[in-house]
Amino acid sequence: MPQSLEALKETPSQTGGPYVHIGLAPNFAGITGVFPSDLGTHLVNEKSRGERITIEGHVFDGTGEPLRDCIVELWQADADGLYPSPSEMRGAADPNFTGWGRCPADQQTGLFRFDTIRPGRVPAPGGGLQAPHITLWIVARGINLGLNTRIYFADEAAANAADPVLNRIELTSRRATLLAHRREGSTIYDFDIRLQGPDETVFFDI
Amino acid sequence: MSAASSNRAPETGAFLGRDRLWHPPALTPRYKTSILRSPQRAPISFSSTLSEVTGPVFGHALLGDLDNDLILNFTKSGEAALGPRIIVHGRVFDERRRPVPGVLIEFWQANAAGRYRHKKDGYLAPLDPNFGGCGRTISAEDGSYSFRTIKPGPYPWPNGTNDWRPSHIHFSIFGSGFAQRLITQMYFEGDPLIPHDPILGGIADRRAIEQLIAPLDMANTIPMDATAYKFDIVLRGRRSTLFENRLEGN
Repeated sequence: MPQSLEALKETPSQTGGPYVHIGLAPNFAGITGVFPSDLGTHLVNEKSRGERITIEGHVFDGTGEPLRDCIVELWQADADGLYPSPSEMRGAADPNFTGWGRCPADQQTGLFRFDTIRPGRVPAPGGGLQAPHITLWIVARGINLGLNTRIYFADEAAANAADPVLNRIELTSRRATLLAHRREGSTIYDFDIRLQGPDETVFFDI
Repeated sequence: MSAASSNRAPETGAFLGRDRLWHPPALTPRYKTSILRSPQRAPISFSSTLSEVTGPVFGHALLGDLDNDLILNFTKSGEAALGPRIIVHGRVFDERRRPVPGVLIEFWQANAAGRYRHKKDGYLAPLDPNFGGCGRTISAEDGSYSFRTIKPGPYPWPNGTNDWRPSHIHFSIFGSGFAQRLITQMYFEGDPLIPHDPILGGIADRRAIEQLIAPLDMANTIPMDATAYKFDIVLRGRRSTLFENRLEGN
């Protein structure tokens, strides 16, 4: 036998389970007094740069029922396309924008909602720019490995057409599952996620 | 959020591909809820972009003194939570065996009787008025973390006609990049319910299951106080750099 490569294996994922709120949003779950507030509830403040938008949506199961027990996390660049992360080497992102959000779905309706800003464009590996997008990560009871997907904006048709990730989706009709649509006369973008069915959302292995 | 707590150079490399066969698949029929919540199409793969290699950072200023002490962090009276007192500790590594410092680790669990403090938990076992069931910490420079809690009890759950969860603690871990985001569960060495668990049983590889079982760690017990269990966590590894030239074997 040759020497071992000695790589470790990633810790296997397990579902967040039905009580995921206890860990990730305890105040939402009624467990008060342990942490002063739940993490990820505010991405912006009054000084954040950029166009304010709201993302609203649901996560639907294979019967079309909304998941009322899921948690959605969001990660995105600031208005200039910079990430508020130590791994961002191009410059300092807006200090008034966290880039990261966490929202438990409403326990009656399944609605999730993020008040954020429209992200700027981020470079693509190998040159060029990606279309403006937001990364989502979804966990819930019944989901064994957190699901990664992306929100793109339907009103960015030219950028979307050139986006290297969208162009990885060979079945072009499925790209529409990643488009958020602006609600007429408002700053709200609707983005529903379907776990199964003919309009199953594209999920990514990133 | 604040700057990274580590002095190490920022991680900017692309992620190594995820070995999805090591994880439970989306559809694990013995765990019935997965049936309607499992995507049926293949996930689309692409190489890391900046959106995946970056991630949020949480500074130590976030933490309160009792955040990693579930025995005392919920009590109003000062009375300790009921149950066998344990220390859970370990280190966070990446797949290249590098310690991962400065990452937020959140954990939650049932009480010693196997009951969660959650309005949807209807198990007849009692709530402990002094136990909330959540905590958090941030890994140290060497990737180490620890917290104090009580050993959670096993509990029945509505899946099959008589399914029981082995004792377990849920973990949520951030990495330096958002693609490392992970939720998992830690189990306890010697728990006889482990082979019967439909959720753990969704993992195909026995070695992967064993990676989730924390051994009793006598060397780190506190005499006359608490036993200890060791649970190391491995996050996805990165290539050494995303942007620099790739002449060095990347």
